[in-house]
Amino acid sequence: MNNDKLIDLVNISKSYGKNLILDDLNLYVRENEFITLLGPSGCGKTTTLRLIGGFESPDTGKIIFDGKDITELPPNKRQLNTVFQKYALFTHMTIAENIAFGLKIKKKSKSYIDDKIKYALKLVNLDGYENRMADSLSGGQQQRIAIARAIVNEPKVLLLDEPLGALDLKLRQDMQYELIRLKEELGITFIYVTHDQEEALTMSDTIVVMNQGYIQQIGTPEDIYNEPENAFVADFIGDSNIIPATMIEDKVVEILGTKFKCVDEGFGKNKPVDAVIRPEDVILVEPDKGIIKGKVTSLIFKGVHYEMEVMANGYEWLVQSTKLVPVGTEVGIDVDPFNIQIMHKPESEDEEAVALDE
Amino acid sequence: MNKRVKNSIYASPYVVWIIAFIIIPLLFIAYYGFTDGEGNFTMENVAAITQPMYYKALWLSVELSVLSTLICLLLAYPLALILRNMHIGSKGFIVFIFILPMWMNFLLRTYAWQAILDVNGVLDQLLAALNLPAFNIINTPAAIVFGMVYDFLPFMVLPIYNVLIKIDDNTINAARDLGADYFTTLRKIIIPLSLPGIASGIIMVFVPALTTFVISDILGGGKLLLIGNIIENKVKADNLNMAAGLSLILMIFIVLNMMFTAKYDKSEGGNML
Repeated sequence: MNNDKLIDLVNISKSYGKNLILDDLNLYVRENEFITLLGPSGCGKTTTLRLIGGFESPDTGKIIFDGKDITELPPNKRQLNTVFQKYALFTHMTIAENIAFGLKIKKKSKSYIDDKIKYALKLVNLDGYENRMADSLSGGQQQRIAIARAIVNEPKVLLLDEPLGALDLKLRQDMQYELIRLKEELGITFIYVTHDQEEALTMSDTIVVMNQGYIQQIGTPEDIYNEPENAFVADFIGDSNIIPATMIEDKVVEILGTKFKCVDEGFGKNKPVDAVIRPEDVILVEPDKGIIKGKVTSLIFKGVHYEMEVMANGYEWLVQSTKLVPVGTEVGIDVDPFNIQIMHKPESEDEEAVALDE
Repeated sequence: MNKRVKNSIYASPYVVWIIAFIIIPLLFIAYYGFTDGEGNFTMENVAAITQPMYYKALWLSVELSVLSTLICLLLAYPLALILRNMHIGSKGFIVFIFILPMWMNFLLRTYAWQAILDVNGVLDQLLAALNLPAFNIINTPAAIVFGMVYDFLPFMVLPIYNVLIKIDDNTINAARDLGADYFTTLRKIIIPLSLPGIASGIIMVFVPALTTFVISDILGGGKLLLIGNIIENKVKADNLNMAAGLSLILMIFIVLNMMFTAKYDKSEGGNML
């Protein structure tokens, strides 16, 4: 992967009326990266995408694209294309006319356009759909056409605004693989917006977790999942047990009055922290063999695993396991030190935004 | 009782309405149009249109109503477009302002314009006070067109506005994103998608403009006869047969207009053919 910054957002702020949507946001996108802006609705992810696309302009700050300031450039002059949430196909045109729209504006020759239409339809597995009308297609098909319509223009960057949001689960999963394949074949940068953490984890090279106009964490899917930097990220990405704790000293944390071994260092002594333990990392053992004792209070079958709640030391632990433990069973809880993630308590304004949301 | 029977019972008042107030009157018009005073079949009433006085009136009606429809369209489309792009709060109020005149009596409005445009009327006095020459358009075709545009403009604005607000912002954004400047987007996306509203608007302005006799009476000073005035005169003179015959001719023009616009008019209510 090339490490050059292709897009650089510098000190971007944006508000609608009194609503501050983005506050001094800084973010860069590398060439050929699949970057996902992830967060709940109202976190500013779509606004960020619309700023890059040129449909909004920032109140302050600059947008640098390929070394040039494009902050004031209208969307039709930007070398990027967008796939919109609800497809936004031109319903009065055929599929071929939809795909040809951008190329005709660029005054490409008819044979070039025809070749491009064929190529793009093949790429999205819809060969032979040239003469269908846009609204005669299913949602998934319309979304593929929207992608085809964008990529024939050979943009350097493809912006995708929750493109799979309107599709059903199975189709969404298929389309995720489709998008990864497309990204590989085209070799361009994808900036993807979603509120679906699973989608983000599956497809991205880099995930940007956002909340209330602030970036909470930037990292690879593994980083984000395994080492969330704050409670918001931990809670938003997958299920987790976020438990108030005290860092006794390096590698020892006191959770619910019991000392646990961990691998984190450098928090100081007797510092209040949050401990994050993923439900699949909680190991249920014989009552005497665990670190603390508890009792199973609920049990749900989830397909791949069972999900249980265990009451121990006054906290309801969420546990996922392929082994069934009936409700009422006395159990011991054990956690591998490596699987305890220690986080600072919120201090800065950025992190407080998290607390407000909960 | 099965569902179908039940449904047709619910529909029956409307069927009665249609038969009593639409089908039967139309049959009467056709009967009167093709008979003379004694009830014998004749083509005379319909053929009367070939007389210079009548076909000139018809032609003037067509000219003036086409012209006023065109002016309405040119005024209404940009207006509807501006309204569409406005922020939600003020939008409803502005639309309300534009349809407000529709709540006042049509005759009253037209008489008001007569008072304004009349020789030594309000406008002339105003112009005189400003040392400007008088603006004499009363009793000319221009005054009639003016009246038509004023009276029927809301009927053009509303259907176009209704179609425009249904176009998704992202459809417009997508065109811009694909490299179209605003004018190209307007030409290739916004106008084609709003054709149903344009078609409805054209019908709703052209038909009443073509058949009006009040506007031409009041603002044309009774000197300019439109086909509507001729029909009115025939009714007043108790010559129902001639009135019906000429009405049938007029209907042909309305049907032609609808056939022309029906192709584009898929919107609710306007799809009459």
